[in-house]
Amino acid sequence: MDSLLNPNRPPVFCPGCAHDRVVHSLDNTFRKMGLSGNQIVIVTDIGCSGLFDTFFETHAFHGLHGRALTYATGIKMARPDLHVVVTMGDGGLGIGGAHVLSSCRRNIDITLLVLNNFNYGMTGGQCSVTTPQNANVGSGFLNRLEKPVDICQVAGAAGAAFVSRASSYEKELEDKIEKAIRFEGFSLVDIWGICPGRYSRRNKLSPKIIEAQLSAMPKLDNFMQQNLRKEYGKAYCEHIQVKTPAPAPLKIEKRYQPPLQANEQIVFLGSAGQRIITAAELVCLAGATAGLFATQKNDYPITVMRGHSVSELILSKEQIDYTGIEKPSIIFALAQEGINRRKKIFDNLSEETLVIKAAGVEIPATGAEVEEIDFKTLKIKTQDWALASLAMIANENRGISMEMLDTAMMQRFKGSILEDSRKIVSTIAIKYK
Amino acid sequence: MSYTVMEGNEAIGWGAIVAGCRFFAGYPITPATTIYNTMLKLLPDFGGICMQGEDEIASIGFCLGASMAGMKVMTATSGPGISLYSEQISFAIGSEIPLVIANVQRLGPSTGSATKGADGDIQFMRWGNSGGLPVIVLAPVDVKDCYELTVHAFNLAEKYRCPVFIAANKEISMTREVFDLDALNMPDIVERKNADPSRPFKPFDVSDGQYTPDFLPIGGETIVRQTSSTHGPEGYITTDSGQIGNNQDRLMKKIVSDVERFSFYESLPAKGAETLIISYGVTSRAVKTAVSRLGSEGLPVSHLILKTLWPVPEKVIKSIAASYNRIVSVEMNLGQYVREIQRILPGKEIEFLGRMNGELITPEQIKEVVNNG
Ligand code: SF4
Repeated sequence: MDSLLNPNRPPVFCPGCAHDRVVHSLDNTFRKMGLSGNQIVIVTDIGCSGLFDTFFETHAFHGLHGRALTYATGIKMARPDLHVVVTMGDGGLGIGGAHVLSSCRRNIDITLLVLNNFNYGMTGGQCSVTTPQNANVGSGFLNRLEKPVDICQVAGAAGAAFVSRASSYEKELEDKIEKAIRFEGFSLVDIWGICPGRYSRRNKLSPKIIEAQLSAMPKLDNFMQQNLRKEYGKAYCEHIQVKTPAPAPLKIEKRYQPPLQANEQIVFLGSAGQRIITAAELVCLAGATAGLFATQKNDYPITVMRGHSVSELILSKEQIDYTGIEKPSIIFALAQEGINRRKKIFDNLSEETLVIKAAGVEIPATGAEVEEIDFKTLKIKTQDWALASLAMIANENRGISMEMLDTAMMQRFKGSILEDSRKIVSTIAIKYK
Repeated sequence: MSYTVMEGNEAIGWGAIVAGCRFFAGYPITPATTIYNTMLKLLPDFGGICMQGEDEIASIGFCLGASMAGMKVMTATSGPGISLYSEQISFAIGSEIPLVIANVQRLGPSTGSATKGADGDIQFMRWGNSGGLPVIVLAPVDVKDCYELTVHAFNLAEKYRCPVFIAANKEISMTREVFDLDALNMPDIVERKNADPSRPFKPFDVSDGQYTPDFLPIGGETIVRQTSSTHGPEGYITTDSGQIGNNQDRLMKKIVSDVERFSFYESLPAKGAETLIISYGVTSRAVKTAVSRLGSEGLPVSHLILKTLWPVPEKVIKSIAASYNRIVSVEMNLGQYVREIQRILPGKEIEFLGRMNGELITPEQIKEVVNNG
């Protein structure tokens, strides 16, 4: 195979820059693997290593600092057949740390080449996350205060199976890159090199020193065994094959005449666990069976199974514009949490508003018509009070009728839940016959 | 006629699917999470990909990669997420990457109130990018709009190769509503215009009179370059000021000069009205209620609902407002879009009603302003 280097754009690094060697090693690797330019995308980060894509005749994607892995992930998911190679410096490692960790955890088939030269070359040699504490760099004393990171151990701990270190100057570099590209999953090669433009002006560093330092680093062999697993994209495809088809949006035909009194503003004041939101949804569905418009807004805290659950509903024969409740016509006061949340709603009510109040809860003084119901003596459990309340208004043909409610329940529930719900509705119907 | 019960976020999800979106990535955030939930439920079934990024920056980054690989993509978030998207949005603008962003606005500033609505990001969506080049922002009024405008958003993103925002609001997105799915006014689906693969390809080249470059995907036969750096037609860094200037002009013009083609609005003139209320988003519903009450009390008032907010549909606003001396601008913030209205309607008396307390502006408050100024 021919070189994939761009003949019109030869590498332009400072003389002696390690990046130059890696560019050629990468090209040799592509060549050995017999890849053509359109089988590869080089995704580059920012900094001197961010120039890599311009030297190759491959697909190329150059983006924002630290974010190269995010683009690479999207590309690989969309085009699983592409070889995705990311080049990033030690700067990108720091600023995009979350993406490095997540790529390791995700195990998507991307090859990350870290061009690690222990400083930010392009901006003047400031310290990076890999700068040794005793180095002299462009950040004054600041690097002395922070420990450098060994990205390989971090990556292994984060779930990467293929993690290796290399020197820009070693013979095995091409081999290591090839293995990384061939590995089916996320692979990271931490390639150490010298930045003569900045770093080695003030710090003694040579290929020999790098070799010695590398050999003193902790071994990484365990990670392959520990973390080997299915590649993310493949695993994703397997998962979605067994997925049940998504249901199309439910369409409800108008089959009933709406009750004479169809325009209602209904407020449910309940607590978590009372199935307030489901009951309110039933009203929407029931309305739809009679061609009524409805809007439903819910209010609940972030806690689950604790706290208020409030739902505001409007039912109308006409298109609903304003969705706020200005003058509630029906209030279901089913739990203290919900009532306390909306105390103000009881101010200025007249007899035109019907409050259906569960026995045992306290409501503020109000001019509304209040009807109390003792659900407990009817053996209706608290999680069914909202549904039972709906049965009460359906029984009186307010907003919804019994047949509308029943059809809504059939749309929403199945099996034993439907049966139990129907029992509750009939309990109310018998009591208020 | 048949009825469907859906919340705004579900409708955005369905609209995306219908528009051909096959890639979604997001990070959960109230009140946008149910868009992610909807996409997670739907996309795999449509052969698509749904991902959860490690943060918002990753989520939109996945989208940019997938879009350049040829997919129709969407992400969804709220104000805090838009803040994190900012640098990637700038990238998508400058490097012409089609992308739909659903911004389900919540009360800010900052983390603000997760479950309270607002329209506080209206200027932020337009200007929250480095370089200040234009984006398209569409604002739904109800659940039906969430569906329809999402399809339009995809069409525009593909046509103009740019980010398109859906400026939703918790008060629409998390409100469940009954609507007629069969009565939707759906546009034809627009696909990205591919370059002729038999001709030499330059990723950012345009022929005479063309503003948006033809596309080829990363990963196809032809080699494609993408870069966030200031680039020439070939997608390499350029320092040629002539080339740079022309490119920036083109990025501006391709969207702004075409706004009349996608100026969505609803004009509701009333006979004998002297006042025109201009609104957008969920607030328009309170305005409608107020206008109908004022009408029945004997005071006709006209109403203009803007659904394309950016670029500002100046012609629409100017021509509809021409016959009114008094304009009332109502929005769920402390004064953002009113600045545009003031800018393009000099010499008119422009009153403003804005509120930011986590609650809807009420019809009575609007009536009060119309009646008493
Ligand atoms: S500054 Fe350093 S890393 Fe950058 S090109 Fe020069 S030597 Fe290489």
